[in-house]
Amino acid sequence: MTLTLKIWRQADAAAEGRLHTYQLDEVSPDMSFLEMLDVLNEQLNAAGEEPVAFDSDCREGICGMCSLMINGEAHGPEVTTTCQLHMRSFADGDTITIEPWRAAPFPVLKDLVVDRSAFDRIIQSGGYISVNTGAAPDAHAIPVPKQNADRAFDMATCIGCGACVAACPNGSASLFVGAKVTHLGELPQGQAERDHRVVNMVAQHDHEGFGGCTNIGECAAACPKEIPLDVISQLNRDLRAAMRHGH
Amino acid sequence: MTSVATTDLVRGGRSTRTTIALKLTMAVSGLVFVLWVLAHMYGNLKAFAGHDAFDEYAGHLRTMGQPIFPHAGALWIIRAILVVAIVAHVTSAVILWRRAEGARTTRYQVKKNKHSSLSSRTMRWGGLALLLFIAWHLINFSAPRVNVTGGSTADPYDLVVDSFSTWWLTLVYLVAMLALGMHIRHGFWSACQTLGWTSTTRARHRAKSAGIFLAVLIAGGFSLVPIFVLAGVITK
Ligand code: SF4
Ligand code: FES
Repeated sequence: MTLTLKIWRQADAAAEGRLHTYQLDEVSPDMSFLEMLDVLNEQLNAAGEEPVAFDSDCREGICGMCSLMINGEAHGPEVTTTCQLHMRSFADGDTITIEPWRAAPFPVLKDLVVDRSAFDRIIQSGGYISVNTGAAPDAHAIPVPKQNADRAFDMATCIGCGACVAACPNGSASLFVGAKVTHLGELPQGQAERDHRVVNMVAQHDHEGFGGCTNIGECAAACPKEIPLDVISQLNRDLRAAMRHGH
Repeated sequence: MTSVATTDLVRGGRSTRTTIALKLTMAVSGLVFVLWVLAHMYGNLKAFAGHDAFDEYAGHLRTMGQPIFPHAGALWIIRAILVVAIVAHVTSAVILWRRAEGARTTRYQVKKNKHSSLSSRTMRWGGLALLLFIAWHLINFSAPRVNVTGGSTADPYDLVVDSFSTWWLTLVYLVAMLALGMHIRHGFWSACQTLGWTSTTRARHRAKSAGIFLAVLIAGGFSLVPIFVLAGVITK
């Protein structure tokens, strides 16, 4: 395949960025999207140009490092991460525009790389449970109804990639926060800190500069892990409970 | 409320000072409006019962609640609630709108909407348009009252008939009802979601269907009188 790539290039956080156009030949439909960018970077290296900076780590859809707004869709046209997206999802001769996540709390560091440490701070402010360390307790020491365990597990699949924020017209991280709050709130271990968790995580979310949710639904459509909008209702419900309890 | 990335952790966060508290304010005030427009729409339909029934109803609005309340007392309480609701709704909306603008200062060159409804993406400008419409509507029918045909404004029923016999004014009202319908369609389900009532897929689908039902009912119900006046069915 031959592709025209329009890629956001920005030297560093302070620099002005703009889209650069590249032609790339002999792209195999079996390549992953990131492998395609690797090929481009090899060519740029060979030509003595600065390669395109982008994030990746596991390249198997579990770490949440890869990002990229591809033709206006977070993680591209399939319901998966950018690293698990393959070039067969595109056609020969396509023009592909690649931009970084756009959100004020996710400042661009270089090219397509953004700083997502805002998410780390949201997790730090409540996305945990407090337990005494020591020997691991028996797995069945605390019974968890299957329904709750399943829901907790489904929401725990959120990999913190930030696609929800990138896709949201309000730049809200409600889906991410909702996934975490629902995941821990479904489990007995998550009850002790439940009220504090939701208040602190939402307060941190707001403080980072993310927008408020208007239930538009672009987040859930973009999420590679198919986290449903339900979690935002759950988040609101937990916050309302915390409000009643005076937090 | 900063729009730059920070490195510090918030201490002593309060639930009442979050964006979700603002959304709750919007949800509750929005539901007050839904109840209000339902009642208002019901009242309008009295126009089909003719001049006397309609004006009698307009009079009843002033005497309802008597003798517990003074003359027009209940009406004033409702008006006060509506004023509080609109101030709360608009203020929260403006704060959240500004936040959203601040959260995406650099726009995408290419951005697709994969899933969202037009109604959901036009809540803000649509809401603003409704606000302007409400202002005109109050000038038109409450105070000071304007008869665009130049006739009298003393009789409520006659004012309605004169107003909607004017094609362009009917058009303005119909467009406004379209905007209202869209606002309610997304607003109702969004309020349910904000109140935490839609934490399952089924509940979400139900709330969305209820939103569409209410939107059609209210926008459709309000549109009947203007359409039937213009068509010459409701006359003086
Ligand atoms: S909710 Fe989905 S889109 Fe958002 S961070 Fe988690 S995995 Fe990514
Ligand atoms: S690189 Fe780990 S999820 Fe894509």
